[in-house]
Amino acid sequence: MIEIEHLTKLYSANTGDHAALHNVSLTINDGDIFGIIGQSGAGKSTLVRCINLLEQPSSGKILIDGNDITHYKGKQLLALRESIGMIFQNFSLFQQRTVLGNVTFPLELRHENKAKREQRAKELLDVVGLAGYEQRYPSELSGGQQQRVAIARALANDPKIMLCDEATSALDTRTTVAILDLLQEINRNLGVTIVLITHSLAVAQKICNRIAVIDDGKLVEEGKTRDVFDNPKSPITRELISNDSSMAFSDNETTEEKAKFQELREEEA
Amino acid sequence: MDLGQFFGRYGALLAEGTWASLEMTIISTIMAYIIGIPLGVLVVVTAKNGLRPHRAINAVVGWIINITRSIPFIVLLVFILPFTRLVVGTTLGIPGAIVPLIVAAAPFVGRMVEQSLAEVDSGLVEAAQSFGATTWQIIYKVYLRESLPSLIRGMSIVFITIFGYSAMAGTVGGGGLGDIAIRYGYQRYQYDVMIASVILCIIVVQVFQSIGDIAARAIDKRK
Ligand SMILES: Nc1ncnc2c1ncn2[C@@H]1O[C@H](COP(=O)(O)OP(=O)(O)O)[C@@H](O)[C@H]1O
Ligand SMILES: [Mg+2]
Repeated sequence: MIEIEHLTKLYSANTGDHAALHNVSLTINDGDIFGIIGQSGAGKSTLVRCINLLEQPSSGKILIDGNDITHYKGKQLLALRESIGMIFQNFSLFQQRTVLGNVTFPLELRHENKAKREQRAKELLDVVGLAGYEQRYPSELSGGQQQRVAIARALANDPKIMLCDEATSALDTRTTVAILDLLQEINRNLGVTIVLITHSLAVAQKICNRIAVIDDGKLVEEGKTRDVFDNPKSPITRELISNDSSMAFSDNETTEEKAKFQELREEEA
Repeated sequence: MDLGQFFGRYGALLAEGTWASLEMTIISTIMAYIIGIPLGVLVVVTAKNGLRPHRAINAVVGWIINITRSIPFIVLLVFILPFTRLVVGTTLGIPGAIVPLIVAAAPFVGRMVEQSLAEVDSGLVEAAQSFGATTWQIIYKVYLRESLPSLIRGMSIVFITIFGYSAMAGTVGGGGLGDIAIRYGYQRYQYDVMIASVILCIIVVQVFQSIGDIAARAIDKRK
């Protein structure tokens, strides 16, 4: 469980301090696929980067399984980061390493022996549907394949939590759907809690069981995905929904199926 | 005098000169990298948005690099003669030439390394951090590893620059192709010897440029 309490993040600018996050509190439960939505510049990345302390919060607490992590330093900080996988909009794969080398990277950091880490990497490549691609280089792969490698790499340390910062924003619709399906599979089969940032409501609607809407550094709305979509409370959320013309994915899932699917997710949660 | 006679008379001299130039250049390049890599890494790591921002260290290292690089090599050569004598006990011969070459080249390498490392996508550094990499691991496994093709391209530029400097260092006692060209061509009007040493310089530079290009291309896995 991730409990974010009164989180504030200030960036100092020439014009004085600017609050990228202002007094944000929310709880992410184990097994959630938790969506964080909001416009560009809203503070989504900052929020998620505080969870693995890529950004140091200015004030407030972040409790992971009851432990406040915000003061973690040195070994404790590295161990925290090992337990949280992360994927990025532009995949951030090491260009000079093979696919296998990318996936073994996190294990190499822990000095896991070579045979063991390659064994583990192969299993993970199998999970993400890239068995046989071990010796390829990232530049030889499509965007979707690259993100799959990044997902395998993020899973290498057996994380409990996976952070996804606009992980599908650089992909076309079809690839996006495939990657979201994969994330869902990982969430279900491996029990990984997923925190997913997106500016796309369609993405949030497709896989998140709960969402939070952030605007200008403030949490404006939070709840079950369906409730938020059916009954948006804040004007910002309404605006986001009405602006998003491409709400549904053009795959052959019907609205009915989607609703059923949401129910299933909620029962599980 | 035909070519056979020419090489009979000057072949050994030219071969020895080429070897002296290569020796000065290769030893200085290696030493300059041993000093220059840490300098370049230090500048990148202590930069404002670096892994370990440190204003003072960054300023001092940047300053040392800039100052050293602003002194023309021929002046530096003379300027540090006492230092050279202190380090290798002589200002003559190849040892006397190598010290100023290293002093001049190390900051240059520092800049080249800095530039190569700066090309590394900051997203990769962040990804490595997100997996719990230490600062050292990021330096080795991300910065240096990912910029290797660029570092190798830089290395052929460094080599060629030092090779050029070595011609100047040679004239004050190190020997080598530059020394031969000046002694025979300029002082004795033996243009044939000068032309031969110029041709040898061109060959050396082309060979090392090609080695650098081929090596960099061979190991670069980006398209
Ligand atoms: N390192 C930084 N320094 C200063 N301001 C920053 C920094 N990172 C983000 N910001 C600012 O914080 C705000 C939120 O940014 P971000 O979390 O990246 O938004 P989002 O991910 O929702 O697009 C923006 O106004 C952005 O300009
Ligand atoms: Mg962002």
